Amino acid sequence: MENLIALLIAAPLLGAAVLLVGGRRLDRVGHWIGTLLSFVSFVIGLALFADLLGKSTEHRTMTQHLWTWISVGSFHADVTFRLDQLSMTFVLLITGVGSLIHLYSVGYMEHDERRRRFFGYLNLFLAAMLLLVLADNYLLLYVGWEGVGLASYLLIGFWQHKPSAATAAKKAFLVNRVGDMGLSIAIMLMFATFGTFAFGPVLSHAGDTSQGKLTAIGLMLLLAACGKSAQVPLQSWLGDAMEGPTPVSALIHAATMVTAGVYLIVRSGAIFNAAPDAQLAVTVVGAVTLLFGAIVGCAKDDIKKALAGSTMSQIGYMVLAAGLGPIGYVFAIMHLVTHGFFKAGLFLGAGSVMHGMNDEVDMRRYGGLRKYMPITFITFGLGYLAIIGFPFLSGFYSKDKIIEAAFAKGGTEGWILGGVALLGAAITAFYMTRVMLMTFFGEERWRNAPTPSPAEPSVEPAAETRGEHTEPHPHESPKVMTIPMIVLAVGSVACGFFFNLGDRFLHWLEPVTGHSEGHSPVSTWTVTGATLVCLVIGVGIAWAQYGRKPVPAVAPRGSLLTRAARRDLLQDDFNHVVLVRGGEHLTRSLVYVDHTLVDGVVNGTAAGFGGLSGRLRRIQNGFARSYAVSMFGGAALLVAATLLMRAV
Amino acid sequence: MNPVNYLYLAALLFTIGATGVLIRRNAIVVFMCIELMLNACNLAFVTFSRMHGNLDGQIIAFFTMVVAAAEVVVGLAIIVSLFRTRHSASVDDASLMKL
Amino acid sequence: MTTQLAAYTTSTGEAFQFWVLGTVAVIGALCTVFMKKAVHSALCLAGTMIVLAVFYLANGAYFLGVVQIVVYTGAIMMLFLFVVMLVGVTAADSLKETIKGQRWLALLCGVGFGVLLFAGLGNASLKEFAGTGQANANGNVEGLASLIFTKYVFAFEITGALLITAAVGAMVLTHRERTERAKTQRELAEQRVREGKYVPPLPAPGVYARHNAVDIAGLLPDGTPSELTVSKTLRERGQIRDVSAEALNDLRALEQRAQERLERAAIEPATFKRPEEASK
Repeated sequence: MENLIALLIAAPLLGAAVLLVGGRRLDRVGHWIGTLLSFVSFVIGLALFADLLGKSTEHRTMTQHLWTWISVGSFHADVTFRLDQLSMTFVLLITGVGSLIHLYSVGYMEHDERRRRFFGYLNLFLAAMLLLVLADNYLLLYVGWEGVGLASYLLIGFWQHKPSAATAAKKAFLVNRVGDMGLSIAIMLMFATFGTFAFGPVLSHAGDTSQGKLTAIGLMLLLAACGKSAQVPLQSWLGDAMEGPTPVSALIHAATMVTAGVYLIVRSGAIFNAAPDAQLAVTVVGAVTLLFGAIVGCAKDDIKKALAGSTMSQIGYMVLAAGLGPIGYVFAIMHLVTHGFFKAGLFLGAGSVMHGMNDEVDMRRYGGLRKYMPITFITFGLGYLAIIGFPFLSGFYSKDKIIEAAFAKGGTEGWILGGVALLGAAITAFYMTRVMLMTFFGEERWRNAPTPSPAEPSVEPAAETRGEHTEPHPHESPKVMTIPMIVLAVGSVACGFFFNLGDRFLHWLEPVTGHSEGHSPVSTWTVTGATLVCLVIGVGIAWAQYGRKPVPAVAPRGSLLTRAARRDLLQDDFNHVVLVRGGEHLTRSLVYVDHTLVDGVVNGTAAGFGGLSGRLRRIQNGFARSYAVSMFGGAALLVAATLLMRAV
Repeated sequence: MNPVNYLYLAALLFTIGATGVLIRRNAIVVFMCIELMLNACNLAFVTFSRMHGNLDGQIIAFFTMVVAAAEVVVGLAIIVSLFRTRHSASVDDASLMKL
Repeated sequence: MTTQLAAYTTSTGEAFQFWVLGTVAVIGALCTVFMKKAVHSALCLAGTMIVLAVFYLANGAYFLGVVQIVVYTGAIMMLFLFVVMLVGVTAADSLKETIKGQRWLALLCGVGFGVLLFAGLGNASLKEFAGTGQANANGNVEGLASLIFTKYVFAFEITGALLITAAVGAMVLTHRERTERAKTQRELAEQRVREGKYVPPLPAPGVYARHNAVDIAGLLPDGTPSELTVSKTLRERGQIRDVSAEALNDLRALEQRAQERLERAAIEPATFKRPEEASK
């Protein structure tokens, strides 16, 4: 069975190669090839999963060694895949959700003339993401890490004719580079410390090394996770990444790629366990991002950006849980999986709404859509209930566990983290209710909205609707789009319950991540109760603000916090002032130094030698007699030297 | 008189010839100055022969004469062909090998 | 004589001969260097060489002394004279220095080198003079021959080869193979017309039939001499005689007389000078 692991990656990689190299002749069938290969990968994943389930708990780690990649002295890197419970979970999530989104894209991208290329990129992404989670050493993981970054860049900028998309892609790429730098430094530190970067030796020897080195590695890994998972302070790219097609937002920027940071932290759990300072930093980052994303999500009127804020916030939950150590690893992954389902479902729902609304993204121009797109409404609604943690839906279980675990951290930290998590739950309930109400309830504001807002020009690929900015005719999306939504909605509803039944998920993952029950100062039921109270409060406020009163079609000015949140809590302004300006000044001074000092030395040397040569050249005047003088003078000197030597 | 005076005379003639090579521009005169230097050497060789009491110095002087004859033949041929192409016997005119 | 040559000092006769002929040799060498014309230089050099031949004889090198006169002074110097005539007189004969600082450098090097040589000779212990009496006992020529054909036979053969090579080389260098047909007179005339340089025949030398020697340049209408009228060789040697000033002064005197006769006021009593003088 081990030999199938490589096939997992090979199938989408083949798809990417065929679709990207194949050219126009594949235009008509390209999307089906991509989807088929994605499903093939999923089926292989299922087969491997069945095989794993058939083994006993301690034998559930499979490795496949393909070839030795680099072998120079003590520097040794293999192309080896490792399939254990953690990778398996990711493989199923990636291929499963990925396949559904491929299917969805067949409908969503129907009118785009570059659909084949889109599916090629999607397959490339799948292959890279699978490589990331299946790698058996950090260097190979880094390859996958860069691969998903590339795919993300290509897909965000897929509509590159829009300057905003091109800029967003570049921004995502650049911000991710900062994180990638962290990962590469972490790998170098690992090599310096352990002499290897394979998971096995590094993680088993993590306890033997000095605290300082481990903290450094941990912080660098955290930086990497921040970049990829859009955590503060590297979160600024995720909102702009919504410029990409909606299936991309669902797959890459909600369900899978952005969770790679969580995977990295959980996978490197042994390092973080031995470095409490780094672990604390992880929880702080998670808690801050949790609130940050939630607040941003409350203020955005763009449905996708609101969901992006939500994604940031939910990944904040996961990072927070991962930072809690063995108490939280399993719950981080569990929330990651359930979030993968419901957030992908929500994004697909948003895509479906946009599909029916002439690609309008401003929620203030929606309203009352439940009548026109019932399936979208139901699936979106189920995702909504799951994310706010409605009892017995998947978000309820996973988020509740994280909040419990945060309290179980103990001490003041536990209270603060638990409080933040609870507050986050309330805000989540608020902003998701807001999205729900503004989109599907209330009056039909789109009827009096002849033109879309100029800031969001109609750019989605529906070419037949572009240009006619008349009243939209909301309609349900085709089956090829609704079926994935339905499947994901079922997952959102059921997987939490399924996972939690008899702590199945816990037992499944425990051998890899380890688990320990914390000592919670409050009982489980109290936490659940408090969570539900927060939920009711959040929903209540949202209903009071957006359900009872009509929603204004033009956004009110709002409070200072609202305005700041609309600008992503001034993150871009901060980056601009500190990094861009600072960088410009630094560059300018460096250029100055380069021009005056470095060039001065180089040019001065050259000019000096040039001048010297010019003078020396005069000696070579071409006259034989001048040369004869030097010869004769030389002879005289020789005689003088001979006499001198004799005299001495 | 000590025969070493011949050596002083040879040194003087050699120096005059060398200076002439440096001063004169006419290739033929330059050539004559070179002959003068060769003759000065020959005088020294002959004097050395007398000093050591054997004929080796005279043999060397004899060879010098032969080589000088060969050199004169080739050198004058060069001057003639140079004069043909450049219409000048000035050594300064043959100064094209410069920047 | 053989015993005298072996002595530390030489006879009074030889000392006298040395001082007199040595002076002649040095003067000849200096004249070789400083004579303006190559012919004079060659003659002075020949003189020096003859003096040296005498010194060879005085030093017991009888064969070399004769060879010096026959080969060097006789053959080689004649070759020089031939080439001097072939090349003719050129501007290169001038003693005026054209390279800046060359003369001073040359003098410095020469004096320095000479002083050093003299110092070296003064330092060397050259007291012992064996003399050539023993070596020349069986005759100078026989002694040389036995050395040349035994000890120095290879050098002798090689110098022979060198001489042959030099002779061939000189022939190769000076021989000019005509690779194309010589131009006929008609072709030359056509080429001259085509180039448009100077189509009519060159003007004749001489002025007013008063001077018709070839070294006198013809005068242009404004009274200046024309270089075209004299041959190139004379021009390069600077042997043109200029009579333009004379002619113009004659003319002016004629005009003055005419004016006096016609009782007019004298116009512009200017004196003409030779153009070179005026330009100086």
